[in-house]
Amino acid sequence: MGGNTTQVSMGTPVTQEYRSRLDLFRIMCLLASSLCVVLLVFIVSEIFIKALPAIEKFGFGFITGVQWSPNREVFGVLPVLIGTATSSLLALLLALPLGLAIALFLSEDFLPLGVRQAIRFVIELLAAIPSVVYGLWGIFVVIPLVQTYGAVLAEKLGFFPIFQGPAYGNSLLTASLVLALMVLPTITAISRGALVAVPKTLREGSYALGATRWETILSVILPTAAPGIVAASILAFGRAMGETMAVAMLIGNSQRLSWSLLSPSNTLSALLANQFAEADGIQVNALMYAAALLVVMTLGVNMIGEAVLRRTQRATAGLR
Amino acid sequence: MEVYIPDMNISSSALKWLLTTGVMLASSASQLHAVTAINGSGATFPAPLYLRWASDFKKVNTDITVNYQGVGSGAGVSQFISSLTDFGASDVAMSDAEIAKAGGNVLMIPATAGTIVLAYNVPGVAAGLKLSRTTYIGIFLGDVKFWDDPAISKDNPDIKLPKVPITVVARSDGSGTTAVFTGHLSAVSPDFATKVGNGKSVTWPVGVAGKGNDGVTSLIKQTPGAIGYVEYGYAVHNKLTMASLENKSGNFVAPTLESGAATLASVNLPENFRAFITDPEGANDYPIATFTWLLVKKSYPSADKATAVKAFVTYGLTTGQAVAAELGYISLPDSVAKKVQAAVDGVK
Repeated sequence: MGGNTTQVSMGTPVTQEYRSRLDLFRIMCLLASSLCVVLLVFIVSEIFIKALPAIEKFGFGFITGVQWSPNREVFGVLPVLIGTATSSLLALLLALPLGLAIALFLSEDFLPLGVRQAIRFVIELLAAIPSVVYGLWGIFVVIPLVQTYGAVLAEKLGFFPIFQGPAYGNSLLTASLVLALMVLPTITAISRGALVAVPKTLREGSYALGATRWETILSVILPTAAPGIVAASILAFGRAMGETMAVAMLIGNSQRLSWSLLSPSNTLSALLANQFAEADGIQVNALMYAAALLVVMTLGVNMIGEAVLRRTQRATAGLR
Repeated sequence: MEVYIPDMNISSSALKWLLTTGVMLASSASQLHAVTAINGSGATFPAPLYLRWASDFKKVNTDITVNYQGVGSGAGVSQFISSLTDFGASDVAMSDAEIAKAGGNVLMIPATAGTIVLAYNVPGVAAGLKLSRTTYIGIFLGDVKFWDDPAISKDNPDIKLPKVPITVVARSDGSGTTAVFTGHLSAVSPDFATKVGNGKSVTWPVGVAGKGNDGVTSLIKQTPGAIGYVEYGYAVHNKLTMASLENKSGNFVAPTLESGAATLASVNLPENFRAFITDPEGANDYPIATFTWLLVKKSYPSADKATAVKAFVTYGLTTGQAVAAELGYISLPDSVAKKVQAAVDGVK
């Protein structure tokens, strides 16, 4: 008893003294993290303030308008919004099966762990390649391919509006193909995380009931990891929407409505990158309005993605 | 020994280099107080020329340093208006509203000129394809869709044109080049004026777009069947094949320094030097040309700046004109240079 009391009485003053002092580390962390929040609020509010004249002038018609003619002060971003959504969706559609397959392959024990780690490292390295390099690669590799096969496609399947010719090299399809490669690491890394987090007990239970490996993967592991895979897709979608440089180099930068994947198109970020430098007057406000739309879209998508991801992590943690 | 000697040479030359640089640095540091720096920004099209002028000028006037940044015409004008720079540069002359914003304290100086060419990449077709006025407007409006269109082959009976779709390449960024080109097309064709109009940034009915002259150039190079508009100097430098265009008098004129000079010679410059060449009339004039302007103040707050700016602009209007042709710009006709010089002399 006596020993315990001394320990407490010895410990308490020290702790109290320590607690009563300013915790510099905590203050610094608090400052740094609140700085991030303040910065985000500042950026978003700045964009909205600059966009305000255009929002007042064009209102909702800005979003539904199909013509973007700065020389006539006519600003409508519908074709650009559609271009942003379709290029990102198409990229996701192309990257998801591939990314998911890679993630499955890397989370199962088909190969020794060392080899899997190496493959994983290489795929995650794709995320480290600068955007402009992807753009150049697109120009020299993907564009010639799309030009050649796009022309054939337009000739054979041109009666479908989405393959209508003439086939351009700089097109929605080219941009989507390169975007697909760019979001692949995001999809692979997060899906793999979700697959690895599936508790061993579930897998063992499935085997114990006589299921084969494929049955286990398809009906136990994938469904359990599904929310994580959904989160991966949403985050990849957000990344694709915000991508600028590579898209601006490949998509053809045309603000015209078209059904065809082989036609040039444009995205919000590419439009901003192209036109901001030489813009003046109301065009600056219109571009800020477009930027505000992009911010709302990407923030929204990322927030949904994060929310889904968190919920999954909590759910799978409960199963363990 | 044979290895040792060159090694000695390297180290001794490196030492020499170090010494001379050190001395140069020291001497330039001691001169620093005497150097006047003038800063300018604006159009990217004449940027290579202005940068060359600045470096050549520095060699003869060691006490003046000229900095120029090619940030674009629009930004150049607004930075000049807000006095962030000592001089500006623009491919489009300032509007009356912009001049008013600068308090009227602006002198627009035609510094050099350039032509805009239609460059193409048609498999098997060399330079010199003739395009009539209705044809090239039809191409940029999207009415002429294939290279073997009768509208094109009619003027080029000797050239075998392939059935390749035409890909129009335009500028995706706001640009003085676009303003001049669309200004010409709108002046020639009322149809173009209503459908597209003129300005630094327009909506093209067809084709793809690239950022800057270099973006357009690379799109033309990589796309079989492409045609686009770029500055003459740019096209020459990148070895693009250029079309001969029909001018107002009905002649097909190839883009050269001579045909560009012919266009400039037929222009009547008004008192404020703001002349837009939308559709020149001379028999041998190349149809699409423009002056590009340096923007200076009529009176500067400090005499040092005024002297420095005057010296630089005078250099550009005299010695600098020879360099212009070398880089693919059109030298100003003597009469124009003299008239402009008189105005520059009045800068205080």
